Amino acid sequence: MAASYGRIIKDGLWENNGVLCMLLGMCPTMAMTGTATNGLGMGLATAVVMAASNLMVAMFRKYVTHEVRIPVYILIVAANVTFVDLVMNAWMHELYKVLGLFIPLIVSNCLPLARLEAFAAKEPVLPSLVDGAFMGLGFTLSLTVIGAVREIIGQGTLFADAALLLGPSFTFLESRIMPADMGILVLILPPGGFLIAGLMVVAKRMIDLASGKEIKMAGAHSV
Amino acid sequence: MSTIRPTWVHAAILGTFCAGFGVLLASTDIVTKDPIKARALEDKMNSLGQVIPPGIHDNNPVIDAVTVKAEDGKDVVVYRATKGGEFTGFAYELDANGGYGGPVKLMLGVDPAGKLLGVRVISHKETPGLGDKIDAAKTDWITRFTGLSLGNPPVEKWKVRKDGGQFDQFSGATITPRAVVGGIRHGLEFFAANKARMMEKK
Repeated sequence: MAASYGRIIKDGLWENNGVLCMLLGMCPTMAMTGTATNGLGMGLATAVVMAASNLMVAMFRKYVTHEVRIPVYILIVAANVTFVDLVMNAWMHELYKVLGLFIPLIVSNCLPLARLEAFAAKEPVLPSLVDGAFMGLGFTLSLTVIGAVREIIGQGTLFADAALLLGPSFTFLESRIMPADMGILVLILPPGGFLIAGLMVVAKRMIDLASGKEIKMAGAHSV
Repeated sequence: MSTIRPTWVHAAILGTFCAGFGVLLASTDIVTKDPIKARALEDKMNSLGQVIPPGIHDNNPVIDAVTVKAEDGKDVVVYRATKGGEFTGFAYELDANGGYGGPVKLMLGVDPAGKLLGVRVISHKETPGLGDKIDAAKTDWITRFTGLSLGNPPVEKWKVRKDGGQFDQFSGATITPRAVVGGIRHGLEFFAANKARMMEKK
């Protein structure tokens, strides 16, 4: 029942998007999308952990019994988060200074866990790796867009501090869309996260409806 | 999945995974420990350079350090800058308590008269996009403390504006700047109380 790679990629990025369709990983989605840069950083760190965790669970899927699978999955996600944390602190210190804040939060994200249970526990290694990576990238995409909307309306900038995250060559991304005093503060504060994420879910459904697709209900268990 | 296995099988599987990942994590820790320590030291040198201008000393403050006991019993390492044998500046770390995500680690540079040479935030767990404006890499908010001392502004003005003081908070974030302002004031009081100890010759 191996799904085709095209299907997996499409599912991860749009059809079964972790945030917009499954409504998983809401904690980082609300907390880390004050700016587009923060959303992007959180998303990318999550994507790395998801790909690695999916890969490991798929490798060990024949040896883990049904009864203890959840603790083993949590162990694998937590271990991967710690690996990423330590390795980045040691050898990618500049990036760590920016992303370090986000990395421990990945453990509390249930999107990786959902993909381990729904996909990697049943599928071979390579499709699982692709699923983890593209579910993670779909997560990144949603967070970046939500962050961009909140940032533009909330403080009038787009990709502020992108150079700190991506390096000085990305300074061109940092732009001011509106004057500073035009910002609507509520969008930067937690309620703004709920508002924009909700509107994005509606937007996705309307786009799907307009293109004549059946509305897919939240389905962590559908492949 | 349908076969019923004895409990010890599950226990053994879970135990094996825990042991395996435990070993992997321990080895990662061993491999990354020294580089992480080196990075932390580099960060310290960099932040020392930001709170003690390089022009005012001819020694290496990282080496010329004394330990002072703070009132809460904690040891504070004070890095001392000297020029021609005279003390020109002191730098020390302290925790500003009351941050939104726990204590905010500050590095203070003070001249012998008790005037701030500079303040930097070394590490914090404040909300990204709101509280993290205390970071010198994000905004220049923290630089406004340079040149101030315990009498300037008067002690009742060493607060954020919302509490009747003279320092701006951020829109949407008062707790973080309140903690930082309080921490800096506390750091200056610490200097005033321990000045003699800091100026002891080695």
